[in-house]
Amino acid sequence: MMEESLLPMETKWNPGVPGIPAPTVGASHALPEGGKQVAAGAPFAVEARSFSFWYGANQALADISLTITTRQVTALIGPSGCGKSTFLRSINRMNDLIPNTRHEGELLLEGGSVYRPDQDVVLLRRRVGMVFQKSNPFPKSIFENVAYGPRVNRLVQGRRQLEGLVERSLRQAALWDEVKDRLEKSALGLSGGQQQRLCIARALAVSPHILLMDEPASALDPIATQKIEELIYELKDQYTIVIVTHNMQQAARVSDVTAFFYLGKLVEVGRTEEIFTNPKNDQTEAYITGRFG
Amino acid sequence: MSDGAGSVERVHRTRRVVNRLMLTLTGVAAFVVVVPLLLIFYHLVSAGAGALNLDFFIRLPVPVGDTGGGMLNAFVGTLSLVAYATLLGVPIAVGAGIFLAEGRRAPLATVVRFVADVMNGIPSIVIGIFVWAWVVVAMGRFSLLAGSIALAVMLIPMVTRTTEEMIRLVPRELREGARALGFTRWRTTLGIILPAARSGILTGVLVALARIAGETAPLLFTAFGNPFLEWRLNEPVASLPLLIYQYAISPYDDWHRQAWAASLVLIGFVLMVSLAARFVIRNPYRGS
Repeated sequence: MMEESLLPMETKWNPGVPGIPAPTVGASHALPEGGKQVAAGAPFAVEARSFSFWYGANQALADISLTITTRQVTALIGPSGCGKSTFLRSINRMNDLIPNTRHEGELLLEGGSVYRPDQDVVLLRRRVGMVFQKSNPFPKSIFENVAYGPRVNRLVQGRRQLEGLVERSLRQAALWDEVKDRLEKSALGLSGGQQQRLCIARALAVSPHILLMDEPASALDPIATQKIEELIYELKDQYTIVIVTHNMQQAARVSDVTAFFYLGKLVEVGRTEEIFTNPKNDQTEAYITGRFG
Repeated sequence: MSDGAGSVERVHRTRRVVNRLMLTLTGVAAFVVVVPLLLIFYHLVSAGAGALNLDFFIRLPVPVGDTGGGMLNAFVGTLSLVAYATLLGVPIAVGAGIFLAEGRRAPLATVVRFVADVMNGIPSIVIGIFVWAWVVVAMGRFSLLAGSIALAVMLIPMVTRTTEEMIRLVPRELREGARALGFTRWRTTLGIILPAARSGILTGVLVALARIAGETAPLLFTAFGNPFLEWRLNEPVASLPLLIYQYAISPYDDWHRQAWAASLVLIGFVLMVSLAARFVIRNPYRGS
C-alpha cells in the first residue's frame, strides 16, 4: 500500500498547465536544504544548482543550473560530448558505476538532494526509470522482464497482482497486443523496436515518477522511432520525461522544453517552439540549423 | 608497353603461387592437429573394443587367471570423484570468478587472478603430493574425499578464470539496466549477470570436468585405488585412469586388453562431455 502512494498520479503536484512555468537558467529556488524524500509541493521534478561533474580530471559538466518541470517532456540536445548524457545519468546516479568521478554543486530530485550522503541509491532509482540507447532486455522471458523489478522491489503480492501489473505496464508501453500471446517466450526474440518498448514497460512497472531516456530511438528504424515518439507523447500525462536526443526533429516533435548543452555548459533552455523558432543564443541557432555539431 | 604488362602478369602469378603455398601449409598444420586424435581412436577401438561387453561395466575385477570380470569399481569411483570434486570446487570457483569480474581493480583481485593462473600451470602430481600431505596424512588414510579435493584443486583455477571471462562478456548495458531499476549490486549479479553468463560458465565447468576425469597423478596417493566397489567418502576408491595405469604396466594380456577398453571408455566420456559443452554453447538461453 505504501508503494501506491508513490504513484505519480496520486502525488499532489501542480501539473503546471496551462501556463507552463517558465524554465529558468541560473535562478536559485528557495528550497529547504537536504529536503524530504518526496516534497509534496516540490515545483520541479529535477533541479540542478551550479552542478558540475568530473570523470577523473576531465570536466564533463560545468556549473549547470536547470529546472525540469513535472509532467513535461524535456529534451536535452547538443553535439556529442557536450555533457547531456552525463547530466541525465547524474539524475539517477548511474555515473556511480564509473570509478573516479566527482561532482560539485547541488542536484535535487523532487526537492531532495540526489547526492546527499544518506541517500539510498536503490530508493532513488525506483523513482527514476531509465531507458537506454541500446535496448537491454534481460535474457529472460517477456513476462519476467517486466515482472522482475516489481518482484524484487516487493511492489505486488501474489501472482494475480503481478500479472495485472505486467499487463498494465505492457499496455502503457503499447506493446501488449504484440506480445500477449508469447509472454513466456524470450525477450531476445523481439525486434529492436519491441525490445525498446519492453524496456520502457520494464521501467514503468516499478512506478517511477520520472523517466530518463538516453537516445531511446537512435538505433531504431523510422517506424519504430515513430512508435516510441507516440509513446512519449502518451506518457507525459503521467510522467516527467527527460530525453537526450541527437535528432533535432525528434526534440522538436516530442518535447515541451528544450535545453541546449555545449562543451559541458548549459547554453540555452526554453520552451521548445521558442528554442527552435527564435533561439536567443547564436550557438544554439548554429546548432539547430545544422551549422555545427 | 607489352613488357610492362608482362611484369604485372608475372607479379600476379607469383602472388597466386605464394597464396596457394601458404594455404597448403596451414591446411597441413590443421590436418596434423586432427591426426593424433584419429590415430588414438583407431588404436583404442581396434585394441579395446573386443574387451568391451556388458560385464565390463557391471562386474568387479576378477583375480588374474580368471577370465571375464569388469571395472565397475573404477566407473563408480571416477564418477564419485568427479561428482564430489564438482560439488566442492564449482561453488568456490564461480564465487571467485564473480569476485574477479566485479572487483577487477581491487588489489586482492589482481593477486587472486595471478595465483589462479599459476595454479593452472602446477603439475598435477604436485597437487597430489600436496593433498596427500594435508588431507591423507591428517585423516590417516587414503580416501574418496582426498581424491576429490585433489581434483577440485585442479578444477578451481580453471573454472574461476572462465567464470570471470564469461561474466566480463556480458554487455555493460545489461548491468546498467538492472541497476537503473533499483537492483542492488548482488541482485544484479546473481539475478541478471550470472544467468546471462550461464551457458559460458557451464561450458567452462564441462571442459574442466572432461579434463579432471582423466587425471591420474593427483589420485595416485589420494584416492589410491580399491579393487572393491566403494563410494564412501572416507574410503579409498578406484578410478579409471588409475586402473588403466595398473593394468597397462601388468604382465597379463587379459589386463592389457581391459586397459585398452577402459581407455576407450574414458576417451568416449571426455568426448561426450566436450560435445555437451558445444551443445550448451549453441543453445543460448531461450525464455524461462
